[in-house]
Amino acid sequence: MATLARLQARSRFLENQYYFRNSVVDAFRKKENCAAVKIQSWFRGCQVRAYIRHLHRIAIIIQKWWRGYLSRKHYQLKVEVAYYTMKMELYNAMAVRIQRRWRAYKVRKYCFNYFYYKQYLRAVSEANETVREILQEYAEIQESEEKKAELEREEKQRAEEARKMHYLLSTKQIPGIYNSPFRKEPDPWELRLQRAKPLVPQRRRVQQKQCAGLADWLACTSARSFPRSGSLPPINRKPCQGPFRNINEVLEQRYKPLEPTLRVAQPIDELTPARQEFQGQEWVRNISDKMFLPFSSHHKKEKYMPSLFSSSKYDPISCRKQGFRSENPGKWICDKDFQTVFPSVDLFSKYGKSYSRAGQIV
Amino acid sequence: MSQRQVLQGVISLLRPLLLDVVPTIQQTAALALGRLANYSDDLAEAVVKGDILPQLVYSLAEQNRFYKKAAAFVLRAVGKHSPQRAQAIVDCGALDALVICLEDFDPGVKEAAAWALGCTSRHNAELSQAVVDAGAVPLLVLCIQEPEIALKRIAALALSDISKHSPELAQTVVDAGAIAHLAQMILNPDAKLKHQVLSALGQIAKHSVDLAEMVVEAEIFPVVLTCLKDKDEYVKKSACTLIREIAKHTPELSQLVVNAGGVASVTDCIGSCRGNTRLPGIMMLGYVAAHSENLAMAVIISKGVPQLSVCLSEEPEDHVKAAAAWALGQIGRHTSEHARAVTHTLPVLLSLYMSTESSEDLQMKCKKAIKGILPKCTYLPALEPFLYGAPPNILKHVLGQFSKVLPHDSKARRLFVTSGGLKKVQEIQADPGSLLQEYINSINNCYPEEVVRVLPKEFEVERRRKRLLFFLTAHGTHLSFMSNPQCLPLLRSREATEAQ
Repeated sequence: MATLARLQARSRFLENQYYFRNSVVDAFRKKENCAAVKIQSWFRGCQVRAYIRHLHRIAIIIQKWWRGYLSRKHYQLKVEVAYYTMKMELYNAMAVRIQRRWRAYKVRKYCFNYFYYKQYLRAVSEANETVREILQEYAEIQESEEKKAELEREEKQRAEEARKMHYLLSTKQIPGIYNSPFRKEPDPWELRLQRAKPLVPQRRRVQQKQCAGLADWLACTSARSFPRSGSLPPINRKPCQGPFRNINEVLEQRYKPLEPTLRVAQPIDELTPARQEFQGQEWVRNISDKMFLPFSSHHKKEKYMPSLFSSSKYDPISCRKQGFRSENPGKWICDKDFQTVFPSVDLFSKYGKSYSRAGQIV
Repeated sequence: MSQRQVLQGVISLLRPLLLDVVPTIQQTAALALGRLANYSDDLAEAVVKGDILPQLVYSLAEQNRFYKKAAAFVLRAVGKHSPQRAQAIVDCGALDALVICLEDFDPGVKEAAAWALGCTSRHNAELSQAVVDAGAVPLLVLCIQEPEIALKRIAALALSDISKHSPELAQTVVDAGAIAHLAQMILNPDAKLKHQVLSALGQIAKHSVDLAEMVVEAEIFPVVLTCLKDKDEYVKKSACTLIREIAKHTPELSQLVVNAGGVASVTDCIGSCRGNTRLPGIMMLGYVAAHSENLAMAVIISKGVPQLSVCLSEEPEDHVKAAAAWALGQIGRHTSEHARAVTHTLPVLLSLYMSTESSEDLQMKCKKAIKGILPKCTYLPALEPFLYGAPPNILKHVLGQFSKVLPHDSKARRLFVTSGGLKKVQEIQADPGSLLQEYINSINNCYPEEVVRVLPKEFEVERRRKRLLFFLTAHGTHLSFMSNPQCLPLLRSREATEAQ
């Protein structure tokens, strides 16, 4: 029993011991197992890795060769392409150079020629300068002409005034108003007055009537048909050398207007034809040729009886009639009437016109 | 109205006197009617209503020259006031009678008839057509050739009034051979005649290119240029008008004018005139410059720009200033050289645009001129004053120009900074995304970050890196910044930050 009790007490410890020893072994066993597994796995891993490495090496060699082959193929193509592009780029570059040159030329020559433009602008400015100069000259000429005209007008006006005021000229006795004795020199107006010609009052030009007959011939030989030297020859003409007479006198004599004598100038019987004309007009107009008598003398048919004193044979009335002729027409020399003429006294027709001074009153 | 009754009474008193036996009374009555009608439109209306005109027309054919002169005077006096009166004259058949008077021997009658025809045709095209249909034009051309100066003047005036309305009428006048005779008379010393002749040629030339070419073929250049030196203002004005009408049609005609030295003489003429007489000359320069850049350069070298700027600043009248502004705009809008020649006038143009006293037209023309010149202007010192005073719409263009020029020119960049322009640009307020903002950005991009940052302004972050790259790649800028003593401290600070 004691041993049973001892065994029973030990059985619990035996259980634990049995369990513990089994588990210890297990524990170790597990550990050892794990260790063995680890070693084996590691070794297997190395094996596999070596195998894979080997495979890799082989694969790399294959791939290397394959890639080399492919690349060499591609390299051909690439070289061709690169060559081609290189050539094309060269051509392009050359083409660009040509185009650049051409475009520069074209633009400079045709579109915008700078030098031509500069030349043109220079030409325009030169043209402007010339035009400006010409216009300036023109304006100056105009101004000077105007000024000259102005001065001439003033001068002319002053000359006219001087001619009108000629009477204010100073004489020897009396100094004129412009020649005051207190002045050193006479006033310019004084000098102008001295130079001026006095103004002659204008004569109205007489219209010459057109007379018939003799007067017509006289009219055509009148002063107008001969050239008169109204204008003098120019002042600056050189006087001809030699003992010549004064040209004005010569011209006066050469172109002397005709001055007919009294006898020739008027028709001497102008009164008679005028009377006859008048009578002819009246004869045309009159209804009857008889004289109109006043009604108071209508019944008087008596002839007038002159008085004794006025009816003598030798009365003064008959002297005044054309009684110097005989009353018998048979005794007449000619049948025409005597004319009431008297001879012109030729003495005075040459008065003041002869060449010599003989017989003139001094 | 009692005045009207009085008028009617007077007219009805004068009317029977026109039919009087004694010719002197007829003439005096006609003269009296003419003087009455001459005074005002009401009186002319009274004369028309008083049924005088048919009587006058009827007796125009028969009477002696004094009566014809007086009757033509009445017709002229009535017709000059308004188109209705002139229409009344046409309706009573006076035109035929007047044309018959034009064939009369006495120059006084011809003058009176021509003047009456001229006054009638002045108003509108239909009346001119009626005058032309009556056959007046060949007779007027004959009248021009007469020796009396007064008759020539009036005939030239009548032709000018006829041809001013339409091209067909001008063509009729040209077909009658008027141009040759008018061109001959340019040399006449009488000032009023020259004025009428030049205005007639101008009215003919203004309608079309063919007519202008015909006028030019009559060899008026360079004779017309002597008229520009005349003492009389009106002669100068009408000569400028003629040249303007010729030059405005085509570039070839402008070229012809330039080659004849017309631009120089017109410029001198502008200098010697004042006021309204300058206007045609200014417009002529504008038209010539508008055709092409060569012609604009020709205008510039003829010293046209100083003259125009003098006109712009001195003239009191707005329309003359507007014309000068327009002309300057036409000159400056072609290329940068043209703009450079005109830049000194830009401040004046701007001040006129901004001033409240200028008229609408003047402001519009100044604005157009500025907007035309600015896109071509590359001379930056002239543009900088614009940064300070200009309104936004002009500022946009100014900044656009800066943004175009600054990236390429390093000297300009330096000048821009030192003169304080960059600072001003930073101060400008602009809506993000607008054109103005883009320009400001591109200007800022030309400068490195520090320069822009020293001037107080905020920018966007992502652009800093861009600016840095810009600075690093733009060697020129780098060197210039190295040499500029002002920028050295900035550079040193930048290096310090980089070293850290």
